[in-house]
Amino acid sequence: MWSDLAITVTVFLPLLGAGLIVLVPKAKEDLAKPIALWVSAVGFLLSLAILVGYDWAARGLQFEVNAEWIPAIGARYHVGIDGISLPLFVLSYLLTFLCAIYSYHHIEEPGKPKAFLALMLLLQTGMAGTFIAFDLLLFFIFWELVLVPMYFMIGVWGGPRREYAAVKFFLYTLFGSVFMLVAFLALYFKAGAGSFDMQALYEAGAAGKFAGTFGSLAFLGIFLGFAIKVPMWPFHTWLPDAHTEAPTVGSVLLAGILLKMGTYGFVRIALPMLPDAARQFAPMIAILSVIGIVYGALCCLAQTDLKRLIAFSSVGHMGFVMLGIATLTPTGINAAIFGMIAHGVITGMLFFVVGSVKERYHTRSIADIGGGLLQTMPRMGAILTFVAIASLGLPGLAGFWGEVFALLAAFSPAESLVAAGHLTLFRVLMVIGAVGTVLTAGYFLWMLQRVNMGNAPDRWKSHELADISVIEWTAWLPLLVLIVLLGVLPSLVFGVTNPDVTDVMSVLGR
Amino acid sequence: MIPIPQIDWFALAPEISLTAAALLVMLAELFLPGERKRLVNPLALAGVLISLGFVIALAADGGTRGAFGNAFVVDSYALMFKAFFLAVAAFVLLLSYRYIGEIKTYQGEYYFLLLSSFVGMLLMPSARDLVMLFVGLELVSVPGFIMAGLRKFDLRSNEGALKFFLIGVLSVAVLLFGLSIVYGFTGTTDLQGVAQGLAAAPREPLLLAGLLFVIVGFAFKISAVPFHFWAPDTYEGAPVPITAFLSVASKAAGFVGMLQICFVAFAPLADVWAPMLGIIAVITMTFGNLVAIQQRNIVRLFAYSSIAHAGYMLVPFGVVQAGNDGVNQQAMAGVLMYLIAYAIMNIGAFAVITAVARRHPARQVGDYAGLGSQSPGLAFALTLFLLSLGGIPPLVGLWAKFFIFTAAVNAGTSFGYFLAGAVVVNSVIAMFYYLAIARTMWMDEPAHTGRIASGKALGFAVGVLALLALASGLYPQPFRNAAEQSTLLSAAP
Repeated sequence: MWSDLAITVTVFLPLLGAGLIVLVPKAKEDLAKPIALWVSAVGFLLSLAILVGYDWAARGLQFEVNAEWIPAIGARYHVGIDGISLPLFVLSYLLTFLCAIYSYHHIEEPGKPKAFLALMLLLQTGMAGTFIAFDLLLFFIFWELVLVPMYFMIGVWGGPRREYAAVKFFLYTLFGSVFMLVAFLALYFKAGAGSFDMQALYEAGAAGKFAGTFGSLAFLGIFLGFAIKVPMWPFHTWLPDAHTEAPTVGSVLLAGILLKMGTYGFVRIALPMLPDAARQFAPMIAILSVIGIVYGALCCLAQTDLKRLIAFSSVGHMGFVMLGIATLTPTGINAAIFGMIAHGVITGMLFFVVGSVKERYHTRSIADIGGGLLQTMPRMGAILTFVAIASLGLPGLAGFWGEVFALLAAFSPAESLVAAGHLTLFRVLMVIGAVGTVLTAGYFLWMLQRVNMGNAPDRWKSHELADISVIEWTAWLPLLVLIVLLGVLPSLVFGVTNPDVTDVMSVLGR
Repeated sequence: MIPIPQIDWFALAPEISLTAAALLVMLAELFLPGERKRLVNPLALAGVLISLGFVIALAADGGTRGAFGNAFVVDSYALMFKAFFLAVAAFVLLLSYRYIGEIKTYQGEYYFLLLSSFVGMLLMPSARDLVMLFVGLELVSVPGFIMAGLRKFDLRSNEGALKFFLIGVLSVAVLLFGLSIVYGFTGTTDLQGVAQGLAAAPREPLLLAGLLFVIVGFAFKISAVPFHFWAPDTYEGAPVPITAFLSVASKAAGFVGMLQICFVAFAPLADVWAPMLGIIAVITMTFGNLVAIQQRNIVRLFAYSSIAHAGYMLVPFGVVQAGNDGVNQQAMAGVLMYLIAYAIMNIGAFAVITAVARRHPARQVGDYAGLGSQSPGLAFALTLFLLSLGGIPPLVGLWAKFFIFTAAVNAGTSFGYFLAGAVVVNSVIAMFYYLAIARTMWMDEPAHTGRIASGKALGFAVGVLALLALASGLYPQPFRNAAEQSTLLSAAP
């Protein structure tokens, strides 16, 4: 019973909560906060229950449900969870729960907690649904469901250039995803089984039905959808605007979960369904990833806006994730999933801190803050230091494993890539990527120097800036613990991902 | 010996009952005093519902019926469209109730004209003969010319109606000319007879010109570029419920005629007209969307948006292949699905515009500033309709686009993929201005205060349509079934 209902209940609970919040009368608008908190807490507990009930050693889908949905076109309500989905699924519930806690005292102008929290819960359903859908159409619906709430979150509660950023985010993603839909349809007709089921399409792909030019074109369509979402260089230009202008909760969820939908899509759909095209395009993806790593780092060095700096750092970090994926090896993909989780935890945390700093200083400009954060708010400064160092990939913290294994995988990419004569290319890319880690360390340390160190300007000293509040501690502590925990026990993630990664990628090993 | 014509009255019952209702409405208005003249609206609604009842009875009865030497056929294709048009009529009546009552016009005449036009629409899907099709189309159009000019006190309305009339007459002349050429080559007006005749006829330039004329005649009706000039002016000048009527019902009637002409009568020459319509589709959607971005008047914006949607609906015509039933079936299902979905979301949007136009007669996009905080219900519904028009899940508009893609991709030709790509790019352009309206509603400061009272009839229409848009977005199966069951193609030779 539980195993049949678990995913459905967990995914649609936030939607129900959003509906409940809409019913709250306007006069008692603050009632929305406890409702959102309870709903997201229960959602998180349910996701933990799924985690506990998950059989780590097994391969393939668990908690699977496969019901009829639109028989006329063979689309089914096929959901399930495996080792690739599970960490991202649980992370999405954790972050939403923490965001609900954080929102208790922190909702940007113009307030309206009712609308804000309803949108946040709607977003949660879209995010979680993307990770458990095993039917291409269902996947697409959840994928697109995310756009609308995020658009309104950025557009209503965002910074000064919010409307521009919101529209740019929406249109960029829409452009990619509609091409992706056309590619899905092409696969559907080419496979000829009248089914959008991912597993059926894996089989069709393994049987070589998508070979040749058709496969390449289909891959490009799907690539466009996912690459914009990740975002890979040169499709990243929406990201700095959207992340910078979004409200804190929006930035946390954008960086923490939404970006991962793109990389997850590569692992879940693009590679196993179109293995031949994946081998063909892997060098290109790897090159773009490494450009992203270096470009992101250089852009970070040039930023004067604290939040924009963090936003650009995502481009670099997602570059490592994509480099891992492009190696087409189980090591690389495991590293990519680890990188996704680590980036979600660390960068989500960074956006929380930066949001709180901005709330107190009323500016995001590094020059205006003018250093001395450790004097004005010692605890906040310490946490910023800790998270920034985790983000630059210090061994022992969460950011390390994803990057090092991605580079390791680039040293020995898949045999098929070696056979095609790409070994040198990947090794060169590995070296450039390693230089990127140095640049990453460079800009984070420089940022810390400009923000944390030194003497605080007098105008801030007289301000009596409040240090971290209880609500902030509550929202942040789980992430801080996770950063350390994942750093010292990487097997927490690798253990659950490895069986299914090996399984899914076996199709690429040939 | 000449056989005495046997008329199947049951097959004609929906048309007859609607005609009776139209006459009754005109008569009743004469005897109703002052404010009570409004009561003709419920009377007309009752007529529509009775007619709908007959359609449902015919559907339950099953089978195919014919009349007038099978120039008039009642099959599942015809019944589906009859039900569709009557449902649209019911919603247009709900939109009209207060608006028409308040603009001080001749209510009896208005409802008479409206119902007459819908009688024409009921005839259209049953018409399997060029002459019958022409009569139906005229019956749809002529009342429209008058209704577009009902706001007599407004110069724009006069201009719009005149343009509509002149271009309408021109297009009819072109259409009729084309039909006469086709008749000359094939010697019959029966659609399937025409198909057989065309398959055998030599491809002379004159015949191809005749084909072109017929298609151009319909292109005016559906406002495809470059035959769209009348639409924005007419839409802007007409009373808002009539704009909804013109942009949905009248356009759908044009598409119904085109379906019968292209998929049945002209099918053997698909290699001639299909690429042409495909190109027109791309030009239409691109032009419509690009110009819509510039608009500040919301009705004009929707006029151009509806031009763009006509472009999407023309895409399946572009992939039709002579004799390839699999592809053609998919293409036709795409058009049917789109028409239904488009009706739900566009009438819904116009319902909200009707409500807002009461307070802001200028109908500017700026009037919607802050609607989200004043009338959250209306703003929420309009947002839903806008997102649906943009094709965002889980709303009905997604499936409309989806089946257009299906039709285009299923053809498997590079032209099909090109058309699909054009729709993708256009979806993004269109989303830009749909989002702009949503942004105005939710993110801009209100210029006025106070709720907008939409009235019961209008509020009901908005609610039902919003629910439909959402429900059929989550579960599109019933619509898909309706589209699959239409039998027009299987009857083709």
